[in-house]
Amino acid sequence: MAGGKIWMPAEKPESDYFSKGEIVMDDLVIAGRCFTSRLMVGTGKFASNEAMVAAMEGSGSEIVTVALRRVDIDNPQDSLLHHIDLERFLLLPNTSGARDAEEAIRLARIARAAGCEPWIKLEVTPDPYYLLPDPIETLKAAEVLVKEGFIVLPYINADPVLAKRLQEVGTATVMPLGSPIGTNKGIRTRDNIAIIIEQAIVPVVVDAGLGAPSHAAEAMEMGADAVLVNTALAVARNPGAMAAAFRKGVEAGREAYLAGLGKQQDKAEASSPLTGFLHV
Amino acid sequence: MDIIVNGERQVVKTATNVQQLLDIIGVEAIRVVVELNRDILPRNGFTETSLKDGDLLEVIQFVGGG
Repeated sequence: MAGGKIWMPAEKPESDYFSKGEIVMDDLVIAGRCFTSRLMVGTGKFASNEAMVAAMEGSGSEIVTVALRRVDIDNPQDSLLHHIDLERFLLLPNTSGARDAEEAIRLARIARAAGCEPWIKLEVTPDPYYLLPDPIETLKAAEVLVKEGFIVLPYINADPVLAKRLQEVGTATVMPLGSPIGTNKGIRTRDNIAIIIEQAIVPVVVDAGLGAPSHAAEAMEMGADAVLVNTALAVARNPGAMAAAFRKGVEAGREAYLAGLGKQQDKAEASSPLTGFLHV
Repeated sequence: MDIIVNGERQVVKTATNVQQLLDIIGVEAIRVVVELNRDILPRNGFTETSLKDGDLLEVIQFVGGG
């Protein structure tokens, strides 16, 4: 499937795949902007810029996250932006390192001053051990940033009530975590993410903790609109190949969701006819 | 005169402007954001903004992140 594109009817995903008339692209739409890919990638922790670029290419992503840090005055590094084609990728700066709303707002404004579009992945993580997001500071910062015209994508714990509150203040997505950042544990917050998806009026992007393509596929099968992956790619022996594997996982999960998964049940139900046995 | 850049004390000539400071540090102005005393300094103001003793500067850039 070239370019990660999936075809679907113009109606709801549940509608018959073949019987409806007009066929349109099943794009991811965030704040009115269409994306073909439903996989976002982070740029942190890669062993080299070459490995990072390989992962970006392999992923088919159109959105890449970056962080903001002080320039090392004694040893200024080659700018990351030399390695990212801004014609192809939407830069999504994050507010990582922010411990409260004020710091997150400051970082968002700096990102915008850097000449970026006003998209911001809002992260407020005061706890350095589990890097769990602070819900109260995140909501406070979201409110301010939305008013300032930012397109806000908040990283949150998988809390359906918080997700609702953020949507009410006008965030463009919600980004619940599968498990803590960098843990590769997959989706440990499944039931709450399911509620968030059920109630969401904006795209739900499962972020953090996705360690394998099967985790990404699981999120997409659940009806998540997109996923964000970083560590799993950065620590892979072959980041480019791992990114391609994640891309397939995301596509498979999305297609399965659109095709309509069967319900789970406790009792067996034969797939083969129960009559006409040879011994009958 | 003394200024603080990214938390470190630096000694620069009087009336050094922000662009000159970036040249001394060796970073491309187009790739960084500068905060002067906690206010973001527009990039087109780098040359005309002369530093004063005690100024507090943050020079920030994009790095890899998730």
